[in-house]
Amino acid sequence: MEQSWKQAKAVFAGALGPPLFWLIFFFLVPLAIVWAYSFGQNAGLTDISFTGTFSNYAKAIEPLYLKIFFKSAWVAALTTFLCLVVGFPVALAITFAPDKLKAWLLLIMLPFWTNLLVRTYALMAVLRTEGYINISLGWLWKGMGGIAPLIGLQPLGDFTPLELLHNNFAVILGLVYVHLPFMVLPLYSALDRLDRSLLEASLDLGAGHLRTLTQVVLPLAFAGIMSGVLITFIPALGAYLTPDLLGGPDSQMIANVIERQFKRANNWPFGAAMSFLLMYLTFIAIALQALASRRNQKLQP
Amino acid sequence: MSERIRKAPPGPLEYLRRWQLQVWLALVAIFLYGPLLSLMVFSFNDSRRNIVWKGFTLDYYKMALTDESLMTAFGNSLTIAAVSTVISVTLGAMAALALWRFRFPGKVVLDGALALPIVVPEICMGVAMLVFFAKVLPWPQGLPWPLNLGAIIISHISFSFPFVAIVVRARMASFNRELEEAAKDLGATEWMTIRDVIVPHMTPALVAGALLAFTLSLDDFVITFFTSGPDTVTFPVKVYSMVRFSVTPEVNAASTLLILLTVILTAVALRLQGDPAETAGHTAAPTKP
Repeated sequence: MEQSWKQAKAVFAGALGPPLFWLIFFFLVPLAIVWAYSFGQNAGLTDISFTGTFSNYAKAIEPLYLKIFFKSAWVAALTTFLCLVVGFPVALAITFAPDKLKAWLLLIMLPFWTNLLVRTYALMAVLRTEGYINISLGWLWKGMGGIAPLIGLQPLGDFTPLELLHNNFAVILGLVYVHLPFMVLPLYSALDRLDRSLLEASLDLGAGHLRTLTQVVLPLAFAGIMSGVLITFIPALGAYLTPDLLGGPDSQMIANVIERQFKRANNWPFGAAMSFLLMYLTFIAIALQALASRRNQKLQP
Repeated sequence: MSERIRKAPPGPLEYLRRWQLQVWLALVAIFLYGPLLSLMVFSFNDSRRNIVWKGFTLDYYKMALTDESLMTAFGNSLTIAAVSTVISVTLGAMAALALWRFRFPGKVVLDGALALPIVVPEICMGVAMLVFFAKVLPWPQGLPWPLNLGAIIISHISFSFPFVAIVVRARMASFNRELEEAAKDLGATEWMTIRDVIVPHMTPALVAGALLAFTLSLDDFVITFFTSGPDTVTFPVKVYSMVRFSVTPEVNAASTLLILLTVILTAVALRLQGDPAETAGHTAAPTKP
């Protein structure tokens, strides 16, 4: 039984005081200042006056920025969907693997521990114009060019490298690459908790694997799947590094706009409004997830 | 489990023994490991253009290890990670202890507030720290090392100590409260009880939390990007400025060193935790991207 804080005030204050102080002073206060700035205006070069204006928010929902919001949400949703499609079979295979193999299979997710920047950089080296994919394709092309005249075809022209980097494709690929482990681990822990006899019963009673999957596994593991979706969606929505390094001029996401307001455009109030809008979107996503899993829990006794 | 391993055709739930899934797993492994492995292999390649294999060399390691600014950045990163880990573990353990032991008004609110640094998008936290250190607590310029890293260390602690608190709290759920009462009955003071009974029970979680905090700090780019100045560059920030312009073998070599460091840390974590599934599960909490 937990003790009431009044029974040992000194211990309570001693244990809770420092972390509480840190949380308030070095986290909540900075956020509160940004929140206050979002209702302010630039006054002079470095000063910001708190005028209580909503003009920053009005600017943020102008078509130009609204488009970026929608695009970011769409990119994050697509990333989440692809991670789910790619990750679900992986989680399924790991769940039903023999215990000894399980540990090794979970190591598939080891790249997740390496630095995000290093992983993005590794992907750049693969995708760029002189990257490994284009070099291999060019080499194949040359080989085919050697064979083509022999079998009576026109000689092939010069190889034009594919433009794989600095576009929306690279951003999505990069986001999936970076976030796949975020999806697989919660999926695995959800599937691992399933009662296997239910699956066996379904298969025994004549349902196929696909039907068992959609009608038994998915409903039972719904909460876990939703938490995987959320854990992938939130960081993908706020991604900064991936669109910055892999994207082109038209693949900016919200985070890139925010960064520009603070570091280059020097319009802090507008950047503050944008970052709070991003934060609200995140909270909405969390609330929707909580709602969905609660409703799902009600459906199942 | 053991009766599943036999030569008969795959049982109904032995998904791993179906070739479709094996192919899928192999493709995913290539997708995840391919880029990293090629990065590591080509860091030994004796060619500046770094595409076609020309022969083995350690030159780029020599260049990376003698590159003063890169090594300073690496040292900064390790220092920041070490200091912020120590403070994060202390704060996280204290928060977990208070939340585990007491009921008090506003506990739910505190629980939620403690989860905030974990769910708030990194970019929002980054700009908050930028504004904070620009307007409220301007960190003096030109302090001697390592004091000049203070602003970065403070922001790293802010996002990593809640992770430690979660890990430690999960561990405390398995603690038998009667042990604490027994210690007190036998005359131990509050402090002795914490030191000799509670902390030993916490230890595995403290180690796991420390490794988590260390990795998070070493890994962080976005928040550091907003708090670092020209003389407080960390390894990710330095690599970022190098990568923006070109892909060079020195960066490959430096990245390989960092990958090795993380792999070693992870191996230590797995060893200490025993069950890798559990360790992996701990980090399934929304980690900073």
